[in-house]
Amino acid sequence: MGLQRHRMVQGQEVAGMRGPSPIPTPDPVLTVNGLGKIYGRDDAGTIDRTGSDAGSARDPITGAIVAAWDVNFEVAAGEAIGIVGESGSGKSTVLRCIAGDLEATSGDVRLSTHMEGRSNVLLADPATRRRMRIDQLSVVYQDPSEGLALSVTAGGNIADPLTAAGVRSFAKIRERASELLSRTEVPLNRMDDIVRNFSGGMRQRVQIARALANKPRILLLDEPTTGLDASVAAGVLDLIRGLLEELDLAAVVVSHDFSVIEMLTNRCIVMHHGRVVESALTDQLLEDPHHPYSQRLVSAARA
Amino acid sequence: MTVTDNTTNRLDSLGASGDGPSFAILDEESKREIRRALLQAVAVPGYQVPFGSREMPVARGWGSGGLQVTLAIVGPDDTVKIIDQGDDEGVNAVNLRRLVVSSTGIPETTEAREASIIQSRHRIPEDELTATQTLVLQVPVPEPLRGIERDVRELARMHAEADYSRMWVSLYEDKVRNGVITQSTGYPCLVNGRYVVATTPIPRWDIPRLHMSQFLTLFGAGREKRVYAIPPHTIVEPLTFDDVPFEVERIEGAACRLCGSTDSFLVDSSGEVDSWACSDTAWCRARRSQG
Repeated sequence: MGLQRHRMVQGQEVAGMRGPSPIPTPDPVLTVNGLGKIYGRDDAGTIDRTGSDAGSARDPITGAIVAAWDVNFEVAAGEAIGIVGESGSGKSTVLRCIAGDLEATSGDVRLSTHMEGRSNVLLADPATRRRMRIDQLSVVYQDPSEGLALSVTAGGNIADPLTAAGVRSFAKIRERASELLSRTEVPLNRMDDIVRNFSGGMRQRVQIARALANKPRILLLDEPTTGLDASVAAGVLDLIRGLLEELDLAAVVVSHDFSVIEMLTNRCIVMHHGRVVESALTDQLLEDPHHPYSQRLVSAARA
Repeated sequence: MTVTDNTTNRLDSLGASGDGPSFAILDEESKREIRRALLQAVAVPGYQVPFGSREMPVARGWGSGGLQVTLAIVGPDDTVKIIDQGDDEGVNAVNLRRLVVSSTGIPETTEAREASIIQSRHRIPEDELTATQTLVLQVPVPEPLRGIERDVRELARMHAEADYSRMWVSLYEDKVRNGVITQSTGYPCLVNGRYVVATTPIPRWDIPRLHMSQFLTLFGAGREKRVYAIPPHTIVEPLTFDDVPFEVERIEGAACRLCGSTDSFLVDSSGEVDSWACSDTAWCRARRSQG
């Protein structure tokens, strides 16, 4: 059975090994344990009444929405993990809870960059969490207007995290911005144009450049190419793949699109109605999905 | 009639002495409230302290904030100078000065050195101010981040966390678009290494004089109900990049057509070409009389 022996499928222990990830990760940069997010009023039975087996994230008794529950994974440097699932399955919720955009209901998230992983960042105060976003952890959103100020130039958008990190030299900001924009293949003659005048693909490249400004160790990508047309998306994907390899980043890629997950990630977890139903190596999952939902998802993607 | 008489009697008995309006217009409770806000402002340099801005006999936006600060701190031994731009004879300055003087009976002056309280809208007098003097600035917009963020909760958060990166971005954008940082009056400054303040509406020329000054500067914004302060001996740094030096206004070759000064803040006096004159009229006059 080889590696398959280590695979974990919700509801049954395939090889007697149940843990945060199918393969233990050496020196994880990002560790997520028991992450959960519930909207509305829940009670002791809410968790049992929701999830993939129950067929809904909504508790029929209390009306609470269990957007995500019991999510566990680890990511090491130079590794990318995918979170795949249909719309509403909770994958973006997980990412936003890690990033600090949303307040998690439960769980334990550790970054090796924050107090050497000795502290659960979910318990840190909002100011501390915002500071982590300056140089430890960056997010690339599906909608560039979430990650960029559209009325500001491409260079100015990169100046923001740089000045937040204390850079006070105009020349150094220009230099770093040019460097990042060249790397993300944004023509340098557009550095001083406002981002609103950029195409979708170009905005996404600027957003990636900005996310990398202070060399974070962790990059969270939320549907980074959704909304771009196929050829542009392919270019952005190539760029992201190159960057992940080159910069030794620990990355989490959220997507409903298997081609994105396949191209960028080594491992992935499948979410359905707020729960992780399967976690596996990406190519294995695509070849031989175990959970019925994963099977449906893969066959739909392969059709 | 009886009702009116009773009311009048009662109102009279409420006054401290019952013989006419209170010293410096404001009642003692109001002065105390403003002084408490000012003490907090001095204790936390650059922090904008809310206060219950009163209705004043001048419209908001016409110096009502500065006026309330002056009236809250003025005592019978003070001497007041009030200027608009650098001019003691500006209409608004004259009206405010009459109001302060008539409600307190204190002496007025146009000489900056003689005044213990100087209320101003656009300038710091050219004369060097001393530790015994207080500068009161009327502030139209106390929030330095207003141009980049409108949500007051977000503004409060940015100040609380000293999260000023978007301010830096706006300076960056200014420099990129215009080759220089164009912000002239109200240049943003970091006070005591902590809070960014709007130095509205003084010109850049006056900014360096706020740094490690001998005198206390109190800022009052009546419309926006905020006071803040720069105490003496406080570090005031205009926000600028390390490699883009902060520069004050200077017009090559310009001199005051009245006193010939080239080292004071000059304004275009008549609309004609090259008709520069000192903005601080009292200082200019003194220079001329000295010959």
